[in-house]
Amino acid sequence: MERSVKLHGHWASLFVHRVQLALHLKGVKYEFIEEDLENKSSSLLLYNPVYKKVPVLVHGDCPVAESLVILRYVDDVWKDNPIMPVDDPYEHAMVSFWCHFVDNKLSKSFGAAIRTSGEEQAKAIEEFHQNLMFLEQKLAEKGSKFFGGEKIDMLDIVIGCGCHWFKAVEELSGLKLIDPNLFPHFLEWKQNFIESQEVKEVIPPFEKLTDYAKSIYKKILGHDNN
Amino acid sequence: MAREKGVVLLDFWVSPFGQRVRIALAEKGVDYEYKEQDLFNKSEHLLKSNPVYKKIPVLLHDGKPICESLIIVQYIDEVWSDKAPLLPDEPLARANARFWADFIDKKVYECGTRLWKLKGEEQEAAKKEFVEIFKLLQGELGDRKFFGGETFGFLDLALVPFVAWFYAYETFAKFSMDEECPKIVAWAKRCMERESVSKTLSDPNKVYEFVLFLKEKFGVEY
Repeated sequence: MERSVKLHGHWASLFVHRVQLALHLKGVKYEFIEEDLENKSSSLLLYNPVYKKVPVLVHGDCPVAESLVILRYVDDVWKDNPIMPVDDPYEHAMVSFWCHFVDNKLSKSFGAAIRTSGEEQAKAIEEFHQNLMFLEQKLAEKGSKFFGGEKIDMLDIVIGCGCHWFKAVEELSGLKLIDPNLFPHFLEWKQNFIESQEVKEVIPPFEKLTDYAKSIYKKILGHDNN
Repeated sequence: MAREKGVVLLDFWVSPFGQRVRIALAEKGVDYEYKEQDLFNKSEHLLKSNPVYKKIPVLLHDGKPICESLIIVQYIDEVWSDKAPLLPDEPLARANARFWADFIDKKVYECGTRLWKLKGEEQEAAKKEFVEIFKLLQGELGDRKFFGGETFGFLDLALVPFVAWFYAYETFAKFSMDEECPKIVAWAKRCMERESVSKTLSDPNKVYEFVLFLKEKFGVEY
């Protein structure tokens, strides 16, 4: 008998969206448990005692936490529509590397770019651009719709689910984060991602997420100014 | 330019991240060329092989570079899959190993660095945090021989190089890992019975001298 699949999450969390998209791509049925992040359930705290965060996937009664770990687990268990290269250790390592890069170097530089001001911000934006340029070049070399080729892969999922933040920050702050002249492939990829059928079927509408990101960003700016 | 055949490791002698890779290669019995890097004057070869982070370790397999120590270890495990499996087969056990290896990467080295860089209250806070991190890891280990169970594996390899830094951390921050986390210390001794580990880990006294050198270089009073 198949074990139950539950996902503890929050409707607007980009980390949760990653897992929802992966499960959807593989046709896995699951129960979504919406968490109140100001008042986390005892189940969530039991299943993720180390970080106490969403997403947590509970397969049967076994919890898996941390979105990148969950994505690898989902790919290991449900073999349909692989999101990582199969039987190619080098390409496998490359996708792992770039996913790790997005969650570490790219996201740190993005955070610095939006939280600082003046000269410090100019430097942070330059670093963000240098980081994004690696991805721009990757897309230019590959010449395909997605990082995964014609199909969405783990790297598409990992960056795609956060890309509404760029628009939110640009609209709220007037910062030119992604110049179309410098990043034409990245912007084309972004459109491909948000317009893809599978993404539209599972991720909340892009505009709704952008508005939510703006509300979080306003709080960040307000907090940093105190 | 023709790709250089074989396995080459760009590394730095005392790096716990580089040592993870060396232990993995030793476990698998892979022949490789070790190339010591000068981290204070980085070579063109290193900068070209790892343009994103400009760091060691970098594994070059038939000229193709792989970066980030845990990613390199997983690559080694997949390519040389006939011997000494490092990651478990079962998906949940794999996820658990990846989760804790990621935890180690997020917490251990950064907190350890604060133990020798800071003084006073900040150092005390870092010490408390360091002990908490290892108490969590100790809880995960439980009464098992290794994190992998009966066999030495991915998670053991991810953590064990940091054991060589305990003496330096204990000396600067004035505490004892044997008192705070005895099961971790006992686990470390079991790991050291493996040749791949004992021949790779730095001598703790040499690590201590290296930290003294860093303190002088970065102008930290000691």
